[in-house]
Amino acid sequence: MSNALRSDDFDVAVVGGGLVGAAIAYGLGRVGSRVVVLDEGDMAIRASRANFALVWVQSKGLGMPEYAGWTVASAKKWPTLADELKREVKLDVHLQQPGGFHIALSEEELERRANTLKRFHNQAGVAQYPTEILRRDQVMKYLPEIGPDVVGGSYCPLDGHVNSLKLFRALHAAIAGQGATYLPGHAVSAIDRGGRAFRVRAGSRTVTAGKVVLAAGNANRHLAPMVGLKAPMKPERGQIVVTERVKPFLKYPVVTIRQTDEGTVMLGDSKEEGTDPAGLNLEISSVIASRAVRTFPLLGKLNVVRSWRGIRVMPADGFPIYEQSETHPGAFVVTCHSGVTLAAGHALTLAPMIHAGRLAEEVSAFSARRFDVQEVA
Amino acid sequence: MFKRLPDADAKRVVFKVDGREIEAYAGDSIAAALLAAGISPTHLSTVSQSPRAPYCMMGVCFECIVTVDGVANRQGCLVPVRDGMQIDTIKGRREIGA
Repeated sequence: MSNALRSDDFDVAVVGGGLVGAAIAYGLGRVGSRVVVLDEGDMAIRASRANFALVWVQSKGLGMPEYAGWTVASAKKWPTLADELKREVKLDVHLQQPGGFHIALSEEELERRANTLKRFHNQAGVAQYPTEILRRDQVMKYLPEIGPDVVGGSYCPLDGHVNSLKLFRALHAAIAGQGATYLPGHAVSAIDRGGRAFRVRAGSRTVTAGKVVLAAGNANRHLAPMVGLKAPMKPERGQIVVTERVKPFLKYPVVTIRQTDEGTVMLGDSKEEGTDPAGLNLEISSVIASRAVRTFPLLGKLNVVRSWRGIRVMPADGFPIYEQSETHPGAFVVTCHSGVTLAAGHALTLAPMIHAGRLAEEVSAFSARRFDVQEVA
Repeated sequence: MFKRLPDADAKRVVFKVDGREIEAYAGDSIAAALLAAGISPTHLSTVSQSPRAPYCMMGVCFECIVTVDGVANRQGCLVPVRDGMQIDTIKGRREIGA
């Protein structure tokens, strides 16, 4: 066998180098897999560079209690991931988990929030953790900067945030440190099985790997059928507004307002259907800014320095899809919204399962077979 | 470091930087006027407090931020200098409300 051929022969080919693919690749390298990451180029529509960077728990999993448990588990493993990255690549991703808030600007909003939490916690078998509904005076003990329109909110002590750009960089540095091969500008066009290995056509190259992990976000929809899997996706657009840097004043992240470790205040996060990130809807930006200023009036004094629209990776029902192909064993799909929150679960729990060749019971609820049941029903 | 091209017709304006009077040409951006006057650094970075000066001169890099007539963190390369303007260099992160 020629050297050229050998160098394109890997244990696992991870398709997608965003936060999900990078976390899986890191987790695989950590347990000894020889990994190649096949990524698109700089023009990729990359959710990892547009996201809001929350490590968020409260009320996630309404409609699928297993998702609540998986989210809590990842949030609890996050300090381990952050410590490892700090040790291995000397990058601080600025994980902070002081707890976080949803803020209500009317009695009606607060009641709706309370009902959501009640329905969430009443689900059979759902992970139990404290989420409190707080009145205005109680919120003020945590966030004295709230404005007169705030009537209350919900608080969950497991919530937090991170610097997701530094996370992205740290994971890639860690993967490089593990000796993985990273191939940007190598979009995958075809995958087939040749003997015991997969042949993955990516750009001008064909790499060979014993396993394939599809972690390409919304593009998994098109890639999954190549290996007998499916990943129905329903991408969403979201907009974010960013202010100038100021001294730290916000001690707790709010689901739509957080201050980064470097001092900028990020305001989010809208939802629209659509797949084109170009352009900006100014009416949406203005609603985002107006709600933020009603929540914290002192934000009105800040200059806005940046605003963008990004694409959310979103499975059709909002919950993660993790599955190994029955027709092409060794091919996995890993796709979800919340690639930041779930990064620790992906790196420290899911990747070792893929390394072992079998997804454990813990993640069986996330099989795409759930979509078949709904179609029949 | 920087030398002006000769322009005998240019109208002169006088503005203040940290209380000190500086002369510039009408039509200069604040950033250009600071560079022409040899003022450096023009701010201490908001993250690491390291010394910085205008860099891209086209509104992208935010290295030229200054306080203009009491308004903090304005991009000096995007604001024309005016007679009597008060510029303060920035020393670290702005306090919200300040």
